[in-house]
Amino acid sequence: MEHQHKEHALLAEDFNANEPRVNWHDETLWWIRQKRDKIAWSIPEWEELREAASRIKHNVLGNLHDYLLEFERKAQENGAIVHWAADAAEHNKIVLQLLQEQGVKRMVKSKSMLTEECHLNPYLDEHGIEVIDTDLGERIVQLAKEPPSHIVLPCIHKKKEEIGELFHEHLGTPAGNADPKFLTAAARQHLRKEFIQSRVAITGVNFAVAETGEMVVCTNEGNADMGAHLADVHIACMGIEKIIPQRKHLGVFLRLLARSATGQPITTYSSHFRSPKAGQQLHIVLVDNGRSRQLGREDFRNSLKCIRCGACMNTCPVYRRSGGHSYHNAIAGPIGAILAPNLDMKEYADLPFASTLCGSCSNVCPVKIDIHQQLYKWRQVITQEGYAKKTKAAGMHAMNIVLSKPGIYKTAGGVGRWVMRTFPAVVNNGMNPWFKQREMPAPPKQSFADWYKKNRPE
Amino acid sequence: MSRESILAAIKNNQPDHQALPDLDAFRRPDTGDPAAFKKVVEALGGQVFEISSYTEIQALIAEHYTDLNKVVAIQDSYLPGAATQWETGDGRQLEDVDLAIIPGQFGVAENGAIWITENEVKVRVLPFITQHLAVVVAAKDILATMHDAYEERIARPESGFGVFIAGPSKTADIEQSLVLGAHGAKSLTVFLYTPKP
Repeated sequence: MEHQHKEHALLAEDFNANEPRVNWHDETLWWIRQKRDKIAWSIPEWEELREAASRIKHNVLGNLHDYLLEFERKAQENGAIVHWAADAAEHNKIVLQLLQEQGVKRMVKSKSMLTEECHLNPYLDEHGIEVIDTDLGERIVQLAKEPPSHIVLPCIHKKKEEIGELFHEHLGTPAGNADPKFLTAAARQHLRKEFIQSRVAITGVNFAVAETGEMVVCTNEGNADMGAHLADVHIACMGIEKIIPQRKHLGVFLRLLARSATGQPITTYSSHFRSPKAGQQLHIVLVDNGRSRQLGREDFRNSLKCIRCGACMNTCPVYRRSGGHSYHNAIAGPIGAILAPNLDMKEYADLPFASTLCGSCSNVCPVKIDIHQQLYKWRQVITQEGYAKKTKAAGMHAMNIVLSKPGIYKTAGGVGRWVMRTFPAVVNNGMNPWFKQREMPAPPKQSFADWYKKNRPE
Repeated sequence: MSRESILAAIKNNQPDHQALPDLDAFRRPDTGDPAAFKKVVEALGGQVFEISSYTEIQALIAEHYTDLNKVVAIQDSYLPGAATQWETGDGRQLEDVDLAIIPGQFGVAENGAIWITENEVKVRVLPFITQHLAVVVAAKDILATMHDAYEERIARPESGFGVFIAGPSKTADIEQSLVLGAHGAKSLTVFLYTPKP
């Protein structure tokens, strides 16, 4: 199997080289998961809300064709200009053309995972246009020339000292100052200048309402609003699955989104953009990029219900210990691992295997996507299509022989325990992938079958 | 054109129709509790003052803010002598506003959010670009949940732009340390108004 990138396990190994950092990453994300639990459990009807959200999204998937047409018509009535892009390349071309019409060389963008998915920034850079990411975390990773490692917390992999150094180099803050409050104030000043000078602003979209043709954008920082309200041209880029049927459905999703994401009751700003302000142009770019194909995959279409809260990442034992960059995809974690193979099955063949299938992701998902089931199903599809790693396939073949013949299983178990006890170095070495960054468990003296024979009640 | 091919692919691939769920069970009409609302706003980093007359606003501002050079008040009754002619321009004229005092249509007790539209603030960027934000909300306009908000008060859009604001602008992007004052207003004050009977 050939990759442009190293695969997940190897990238995770890089991330695990720094043990204190991995522990911090692990514990911090788990702390956010606990905040999510606390606020979710404070709402007695939480489970009913999840069910309602999941059913609304199911209705959307079944009527997406008509809802998109309704949204387009309403948005046009509101004075917006609607564009359609089949893939990332077409999306980028549309945005570039709009920017060239305005003659801008530098503009602001608020957080949009879609533009990350489409690799818009490097594309515009090639055409001489500089994008200033305005979400603080995104600006930090942009200055570090890295992609975001988490969809809600883009620089969760970075320590404040590294951020202090980046700001010293790029924004001229004093060397050695790594105080979050001070650094945030410096970024506020720096980015205020960018908001004021920018004639065009790009934003993402959290929800687009078919009934009204409006778009809702959620931020805590206020960066989407600072950009969009000051610009002459607002370009909103959205995947076609962001549609919801009616305005009242926002009540369900706005209750779930921030609580699931960070454990807040709601984001600071939930902005409803319906029509352009006087004298402004509002462009909406509707992007497919594989979504209509995923819609046709019965086992995987529910992944399109995702509202990008990141709860599945915060809870995932593999994500927390391997870091977002090890997924080599714009969207990391469990949800990224079921979305990415639809885009390129060969390139992302490793991702559905980066899971313990523990099911925690499905349990916290606010729209009840069966994430771990889909991970398991992708493994089967990927193996059938011949994209699974050779060693993985060989291992599975050997497991099949051992597990299907009780005699061989019994002998192999006894030999294994004896070897691990007598020559621990045989398994506790770098050749064994299970030994990397882990301790092997102590081998038990007897097998479960022997224990059961001795201990079962007569 | 991509529009037709995208729509055709969706039509071909979309699953069977499923009915939308009924949301009425989530409603909590008549239970909007101003005390609960106040508690959530404070937990979000805002401060809440209960007032019975707009004339109390001036003294509270003098007491709790320093260095206010430019103040915008949407109603003269909020603060006599506030800036005038601030509305003309593309929004950039508000770059030096220290405090904006604006009306909120209603608040939501479950999350501390206040609904504000372009109709009241006139210039969309005002509540974001101002260094500090103060919102006047009537205690009788506190609703229980977001469902009540969308069903009772904003079932239809009444302006080109509307926003729920819950607390001051904030970020925790640097090592999850919460910092108030990211790009929007650095502080939020709510004047919860109950007229004297």
